Amino acid sequence: MTDGITLNKVELKLGTKEFRFDCALPAGAVTAITGPSGSGKSTFLNLVAGFETPDRGRILIAGEDVTEKHPSERPVSLVFQDNNLFAHLNLATNIGLGISPSLKLSGSDRAAISQALERVGLSGFEKRTPGTLSGGERQRAAFARALVRKKPVLLMDEPFAALDPGLRLSMASLLIELHRETGNTVLVVTHDPDEVGRLANHAIFIDHGQILLQAPAEEFLARRDIPTLAEFLSG
Amino acid sequence: MLTRAERRRGIGWGLLSIAGIALFVGIAVAALLSWDTGNTQSRLFTAYTWRILRFTLLQAVLSTLLSVVFALPVALALARRPRFPGRVWFIRLMALPMGLPVLIGALGLIGIWGRQGVMNSLLLKLGLEQPVSIYGLSGILLAHVFFNLPLAARLLLAALERLPAEYWLLSSSLGMKPLSVFRFIEWPVARRVIPGIAGLIFMLCATSFTLVLVLGGGPAATTLEVAIYQSLRFDFDPPRAIALSLLQIGMTALILIAISLFPTPDDAGITAGRATRRFDGRTLPARLWDVLAILLATTFLILPLTSIVVAGAQANLWNLATSPAFLRAAWTSFTIALSAGLLAVLTSLAIIAGRGAIVDMKRPGGTARAFSVSLGGMSSLVLLIPPVVLGTGWFLMLRPFGDVARFAPALVAIINMLMALPFVMRVLAPAVETHRKRTGRLSASLGVSGFSRVWRIDLPVLARPLLTALSFAMALSLGDLGAVALFGSNDLTTLPWLVYSRLSSYRTNDADGLALILGIICLALTVIGTAGRKETSHD
Repeated sequence: MTDGITLNKVELKLGTKEFRFDCALPAGAVTAITGPSGSGKSTFLNLVAGFETPDRGRILIAGEDVTEKHPSERPVSLVFQDNNLFAHLNLATNIGLGISPSLKLSGSDRAAISQALERVGLSGFEKRTPGTLSGGERQRAAFARALVRKKPVLLMDEPFAALDPGLRLSMASLLIELHRETGNTVLVVTHDPDEVGRLANHAIFIDHGQILLQAPAEEFLARRDIPTLAEFLSG
Repeated sequence: MLTRAERRRGIGWGLLSIAGIALFVGIAVAALLSWDTGNTQSRLFTAYTWRILRFTLLQAVLSTLLSVVFALPVALALARRPRFPGRVWFIRLMALPMGLPVLIGALGLIGIWGRQGVMNSLLLKLGLEQPVSIYGLSGILLAHVFFNLPLAARLLLAALERLPAEYWLLSSSLGMKPLSVFRFIEWPVARRVIPGIAGLIFMLCATSFTLVLVLGGGPAATTLEVAIYQSLRFDFDPPRAIALSLLQIGMTALILIAISLFPTPDDAGITAGRATRRFDGRTLPARLWDVLAILLATTFLILPLTSIVVAGAQANLWNLATSPAFLRAAWTSFTIALSAGLLAVLTSLAIIAGRGAIVDMKRPGGTARAFSVSLGGMSSLVLLIPPVVLGTGWFLMLRPFGDVARFAPALVAIINMLMALPFVMRVLAPAVETHRKRTGRLSASLGVSGFSRVWRIDLPVLARPLLTALSFAMALSLGDLGAVALFGSNDLTTLPWLVYSRLSSYRTNDADGLALILGIICLALTVIGTAGRKETSHD
C-alpha cells in the first residue's frame, strides 16, 4: 500500500473495551489523532509504538510488517506527555541512549548530541539533569533525542498537554520546523482542536474505539455532520 | 512492555524462588508429618496442649487489648498537638522498640520492672509489697505492650493525620466540643483502622517467642512456640513438638484468614508536624489530658531503654568487645546476617521479576494468575509456618545425617531470610513498581535492556531502597533469637544467643553489656537503612 503507516483490520480487546482500526496514514505528513477522552487515541498510538499487540490484523510501517515486533525494533521515536527522560541521568546520557541503548558512543555521536541540543535551543545543557529543567525544556530535550535517533516515524502522545498555553505555541512551531527538516512521518495525539489546525496536514477522529473520520486537516476542521466531532471541534 | 527474553527470564526467576521456598518449607513440614505419625494424633489435643493453646490466645488477646486501648489516647493527643517541642523526638522514640532486638528490650524491662528494678523499689517505698512481677503473665503483657503500644499509636496517628485539614476548620466553626470531635471525627477513623491494627498485633503476640522464653515462667506461662522449643531442646519429645507445631500452624492459619478480612494498616504519611492546624482542645483540662498521655507513654518507653544504656555502661565494655567469645559470636552473627540479608533481597527481586512478567502479559491465563498469587504468598509463608516450626522440621530431618550443628548456620540464615522476606518485599515491591511505571515504556522504546538497563537505569534509582531492605533484613537477623534457639550451642553462638546464655547463667552484668553493644549495632543498621530516605519525586 503506501509507505506511511497502515493498520490493516486491526482488532484489540482490552478489558471490556473493543477497538477496531483500519486505516492508512500518509508518509511524510503530520497526522493528528483526536477524539474524546477514553475513545482510544492512546491505544491507537500504543498499537503503532508496539506497547499493545493486536488480537487480529496487521500493522505496517513503511511497508514493513511490524505487528509482532518489540517497541525497540520498530522504526519509531516516541515523545510522551511526561517522564520522557530518566531523571537520574544527564541530558547527554539521556539523548545518547537514543543512539545506543548500551551507550557505546563514538566521537561523532557525541557531536550529534550537542548539535541536536543546540537545534532545540538547549546548547550547553549536556551535563544538566532533568530535575533542573522546566517542563518545556524537558520536552525540547525529548525532541533532541528524537532528532538523533533518525527514525522515519515520530509518535507523540499529547506532548504539550503539560505545558502553558504560550509555551505550546512555541513548541508547536519548533515541531513544524523540525518536521520540515527531517521530512518524517509524525503522529500526534491531541485533544485540542486548535493544535490540529496549528500542526497537522491530516487528522483522524476516534470514538468508541473506531475511526469515524479520516481527512485532510482543513476538511476535518470544517466538518459538522458528525455530532461527536462537532462537539469536539466546538471545544 | 518486556521483550520475550525479559519475560521468560522474569518467569524463570519467579519459578526458581517459588521452588526454593516451597522446597525448604515443604521439607520441614514433610519431616514433621512423617515422623512417627501413630503417636502424634493422640498428642494433638491433650490437657497439656489445650492449656498451652489457651494461654497463647489469652495473653495475645490481653496484650492486643491493652496495647490498643493505651495507644488510642497517645495517638489522639499527638494528632491534636501537631506542633510542640520534642514531638519529632517522641515519634522517633515510638519507632525505637521496633528496631530493637526483642531480647534487648526484655533486658531493659527486667531492669525497670524486675525484682531489683526501679519500679518495684519505688512501689515498695510507697508501702506496696512487690505488686508487679516481670515474670509470668503480667511480665509478658508488660513486654508486649512495650513493643506494640508504639506500633499501634503510630498506625493510629497516621490514619488520623490523613484526615483532610478542612475537617478541623469545619469542626471548630461548628463549635464542636472535644467529645463531639471524638465521636464524629476521630472515632470513626480509629474504628476503621483498629481491626487491622489489632489483627497485626494479635498475630505478633500469638507468635511471640523470645519475650515468652525470657519472661514466661514455666509451664504455666508458655506459648505454643516456646513449648515446641522446650519439647525439643529440654525434654526431647518429638511427638509433642510435632503435635504442638501442627496446632501452631492451624492457629496462625486461622488468624491470617481473619486478618485478611480487614484493611492492612500502614504508617505511610506520618508527619513531623505538617501544616495541619487544630483549633480544638485548647481548654486546660484537654491540655492536661494530652500532656499526661504523652508524658506517661514517654516514661513507659524511655525507662527500659535508659536501663539498657545504664546497665550496659556498667559492664566493662572494652573487655567484652575484645573478648574471644564476643568476637567469635559477632563474626558468626555477621556472616549469618549478611547471607540472610543478601538472600532476602535477591529472592524478593526474583519474586518481583516474576510478578512483573505476569503483569506485563496482555491476558494472563489462569495458570499465570495463580503463579502470580503464589509468588505473593511465598513471600509471607513464614507467617504461617513460624521459625521454630521450620527449625523443628529441619532438626528432625537432619538428625539421621549426623550432627545437626554442622548444618545449623545455613539453616539459621535461610530461616532468617524467610523472616525478613515480608519486610524486604514491603520496601522493594513498591519501589520497583514505581520505577517500572516511570521508565518501562521509555526503556522499551529505546531498546535499553539487559545489563545496560540494570546498570544505568535500575541501579542508580533502586540503590537506596535496596540498601534499606538489606540493612533491615540484616538488623532483623542480627537480633533474632527465635531461629537460633533450637540450634544454639558452643559450635554455633550468635550475639543474641550469647546474651541469652549469659543471662541464663546469671552473668547479668555481661549480658547487659553485650545487649548494649548489640542494640547499638542494630540501631546503627536501621539508621543507615533509613538515612536520607525521602520520597524524592522524579519528574
